[in-house]
Amino acid sequence: MRGNDLKQAWQRMYTMIGKEENPFRDRIVETFSEDGLGNLSFNDFVDMFSALCETSPRELKTIYAFKIYDFNRDSFICKEDLRKTLNKLTKGDLTPEEVTLVCDKSIEEADLDGDSKLSFSDFENMISKAPDFLSNFHVRI
Amino acid sequence: MPPKRKSNISINIEDVGMEVDASDSGSEVEARRKAKNRRAKPQRKAKRVSDDDDEDEEEEDEDQSPRKRGRKKKAKPRDSEDDEDEEEDNRNVKRKSSKASRKKAKDESDEESEDEREKKKKGASKKDKEESNKEKGKGKGKQGKDVGAEKDKKKKKNRKLSSSFEEEEEEEEKSDEESLSEGEMAALKEEVEEKKKLIATLRNKPWRMKRRLTLLKEAQDFVEKFEGALGKGKGRKLFAFKVMMAKKLIKFKRDFENFKTACIPWERKIKDVESHFGSSVASYFIFLRWMYGLNMVLLGLMFGLVVVPEVLMGLPYGSIPRKTVPREEQATAMDYSVLSDFEGYFKYSILFYGYYNNERQIGLLKFRLPLSYLLVGVGIFGYSLMVVIRTMARNANEGGDGGDEGDFTFSWKMFTSWDYLIGNSETADNKYASITTSFKESIVDEQMNQKDENIHLRRFLRVLANVLILLCLGGSGYLIYYVVKRSQVFANMNKDDLTWMEKNEVEFVMSLLGLVCPPLFEAIAELEDYHPRIALKWQLGRIFALFLGNLYTFLFALFDEVNAKLESEKDIKNATILALHEYAANYSSFYNTTVVPPQNVHPADVIRGPCWETAVGKEFVKLTVSDIQVTYLTILVGDFLRAVIVRFLNYCWCWDLEAGFPSYGEFDISGNVLGLIFNQGMIWMGAFYAPGLVGLNILRLLSSMYFQCWAVMCTNVPHERVFKASGSNNFYMGLLLLVLFLSLLPVVYTIMTLSPSFDCGPFSGQEKMYDVVMETIDQDLPAFIGNIFLYATNPGLIMPAVLLMVLALYYLNAVSKGYQQANIDLKKKMQMARDEEKNRRNNKDSTNQVMKDLEDLLPNKSLIPPAAEEEPPPPDVVVDKGSRSPKVKPGAAGKGVHLQRDVSLAAPNPRDPVTRDLGPRRGPPGNAMGPQPGPGKGRGGGRGGGRGGGRGRGGPPRP
Repeated sequence: MRGNDLKQAWQRMYTMIGKEENPFRDRIVETFSEDGLGNLSFNDFVDMFSALCETSPRELKTIYAFKIYDFNRDSFICKEDLRKTLNKLTKGDLTPEEVTLVCDKSIEEADLDGDSKLSFSDFENMISKAPDFLSNFHVRI
Repeated sequence: MPPKRKSNISINIEDVGMEVDASDSGSEVEARRKAKNRRAKPQRKAKRVSDDDDEDEEEEDEDQSPRKRGRKKKAKPRDSEDDEDEEEDNRNVKRKSSKASRKKAKDESDEESEDEREKKKKGASKKDKEESNKEKGKGKGKQGKDVGAEKDKKKKKNRKLSSSFEEEEEEEEKSDEESLSEGEMAALKEEVEEKKKLIATLRNKPWRMKRRLTLLKEAQDFVEKFEGALGKGKGRKLFAFKVMMAKKLIKFKRDFENFKTACIPWERKIKDVESHFGSSVASYFIFLRWMYGLNMVLLGLMFGLVVVPEVLMGLPYGSIPRKTVPREEQATAMDYSVLSDFEGYFKYSILFYGYYNNERQIGLLKFRLPLSYLLVGVGIFGYSLMVVIRTMARNANEGGDGGDEGDFTFSWKMFTSWDYLIGNSETADNKYASITTSFKESIVDEQMNQKDENIHLRRFLRVLANVLILLCLGGSGYLIYYVVKRSQVFANMNKDDLTWMEKNEVEFVMSLLGLVCPPLFEAIAELEDYHPRIALKWQLGRIFALFLGNLYTFLFALFDEVNAKLESEKDIKNATILALHEYAANYSSFYNTTVVPPQNVHPADVIRGPCWETAVGKEFVKLTVSDIQVTYLTILVGDFLRAVIVRFLNYCWCWDLEAGFPSYGEFDISGNVLGLIFNQGMIWMGAFYAPGLVGLNILRLLSSMYFQCWAVMCTNVPHERVFKASGSNNFYMGLLLLVLFLSLLPVVYTIMTLSPSFDCGPFSGQEKMYDVVMETIDQDLPAFIGNIFLYATNPGLIMPAVLLMVLALYYLNAVSKGYQQANIDLKKKMQMARDEEKNRRNNKDSTNQVMKDLEDLLPNKSLIPPAAEEEPPPPDVVVDKGSRSPKVKPGAAGKGVHLQRDVSLAAPNPRDPVTRDLGPRRGPPGNAMGPQPGPGKGRGGGRGGGRGGGRGRGGPPRP
């Protein structure tokens, strides 16, 4: 498994792996790609599946989930990130007021240190109690 | 090879910046190893020139089995995992040592103890190794095999070695061993263990694959050197097999789960509906499905024990009067109008009570049909009661109102609701819809919670609404009562004098009430302004009360009919008996004989009674059928036609039909649920008199499942305020239980008090229906059982039994109350704990003094993660800054931000207690790790920290 030897040319991989429907597909690929642009080397590709596979541990998944939802990569999930997430999830079906309400509520629920954005520890605390995080956050190869 | 590799490793370690356990342990090991080498070398050189350090060390770390020396040329690591191997080794050791013992017994004993210690250690670490093996998996597969093969060869060679040589070796070993102190040995072992742990947990770390590979290689090399390869030969194969089987098992389990889900009928349909219309509408369909399941069992009971035996073993159609259409009806018996009234052939068919014969035992099996009929009739109620109550109890466990499902409603929905497995566009669309719907549901809940209102006005309005509705109910109740009274008067008058209106007054009033009242209630309920979920319950309860009036009139009419039938039956019975006597007298006087042959009359010509049971059954069947018709017509006209008109007339209409007045229909949850419940009541009441009704009902439920699903999906629009149904369907179940109880009463009453018809049905000829049971007890069961029944029905026994039950009820009630209280207390405590945690984090001044003190005590400087210098910026991060991805906001994605993106994942929570041992953490203090690290700083969290995932991070940063 000499990933470097097999390093492939820059490739858009996500069209191959059946994730066309995932609203976060771009984010996933960006998160796992080394250059942050969605170009995956073979190593990144393997990385992605090792994180998303069924047997990978909750901690790892949590970390990558956090990265995926952290759109602007400032290591905090702020309201803007939440808004983007929500709009992706609902295809923009909610009214702006509803979106604001949901974002505020989410922050209020999960934010433990009161900085009105979610740090990783907030996120982990919240996700560790979620019942279907593990079952939903994985792909089958 | 070894010296070079060693240096390589050390460089790598520094390169990659391994921290936590890995880095320092690595460097420590380096140092120690070097020291050791220095010490060991001179001695060794004295004995063997060809020896090189690596092997040496390996041997030292291994159990000091003497024969090891035999494989000097290739530093063959020994497989510690392979049990058989180990045993063999042991045996070897013993064999050899027995030889050696002649020479030096003392040394040998020493050695053995050493050996054993080593083994223990290995046993402990076995698990670790197994995992690390897994990690290595594919990568090492080939290599491992090779190693295994070589090893086997080695072993063979070993055995051939002469004992004398081994003894020599032993001596060498001894001297080597002495060069290492006990403490160093232990430390080395620890290092190895740590490395192994690293290998095992490597996959849990959020590192890039490249780094992981490097680390893995290093760790593997290290462990290999000091302990041996991690797998070979048989053990390896076995392990691979195990892994494969585990994978297969997982796959099988998954398939099985899928299969199980696929076996749930209509699961997909219901999920579709749920995703577009919310859980409240889906709850109706779930209820419908549950009802279907219940009715399937009832159908099995009824058809399996009553209908099918009668068809297979009973007399065929036309053999006896009760199974034949009377002569005067035969001409019209096949007409559609007659059949649609369930007269004619239907009336004298297996569908109804009257068709069944009263033969005690039928067929070859001597099946006791009458007994079976009675028991099934009662058993249906018993089973239904049991199932309903059990379901209610189970649902109650699953809990609550559905409103509160934890502290993270929105966040969970936000972050965990998308299923990453979805790859199909249709499923994805449904998922989008369902996520949106569920968000809307929660938003409605939330808005209700937030609403700030004038509580006095609200209370006043609610009282007013209830008064209004009570007035409505009272009015309609009186109306029903009045109309029924009038209809009784009309019934005594001549039919021809009555107008159509007067004849159908009751039905007319009932349907009018059913049409007007529910919307009226809904309008009044607007005043109350309840949460839609609660409003639905109120609505259900109110319409239920209204429908009870319906039931009342229906039963009233039915009892009148039954009484009339009983009267006429008495006459007919007397007349028949009289006729029979007359015939006998005539016959005997005419032929002058006492032996009277039975009258030879065709079964169709026999005079027969009205058979009130069949009449009752017919009423129920007719009612059910008309109910089905009305429901389906309503859907077709009220929903489908309306939708079509709104949709297509909208192009040429003067106002917007879709948004304006008619619009599309909403799914009427309360009406449908109540319709279902009352229909089920009809089935329960009617099943005894019309066994075919159960089959009819199954058809109805089946078709309505498909039809209504279709109608909802293509003609209705979601409710304006989609709301979450209560987690359990217990309110529906409660209504169902009430209806079950209400329908139980008349049936039991008729069974216990009315006498069955004399010429039709399985109980004909009996005084009371339950006499069948008595008869069976008397004739077919042993005497003592009869005695038991006698005692059991003794009031002296029944009274204490009832008392006991009451006491048990009381006790259980008290217990459940206690549990409830405990539950509430626990919830409160949890809430408090959560609030406290939040407070603690919010305010620097902790509310929890103890925790604060503890934190102050922590050597927080040493807990600050390794400094930035240890970790060169990962290459991937740097590339980012130039070319930014389209997703990244220009403002937010500055360079500094990028630099720490990978890193400050682990931004530690300042007030978080340390709960996790991440190994010693060294690092220069002063690396500010506040909650919001400034750009450029704060890399210190490091990737190593990321692994811990912020659960327990270092103390607060105090530079």
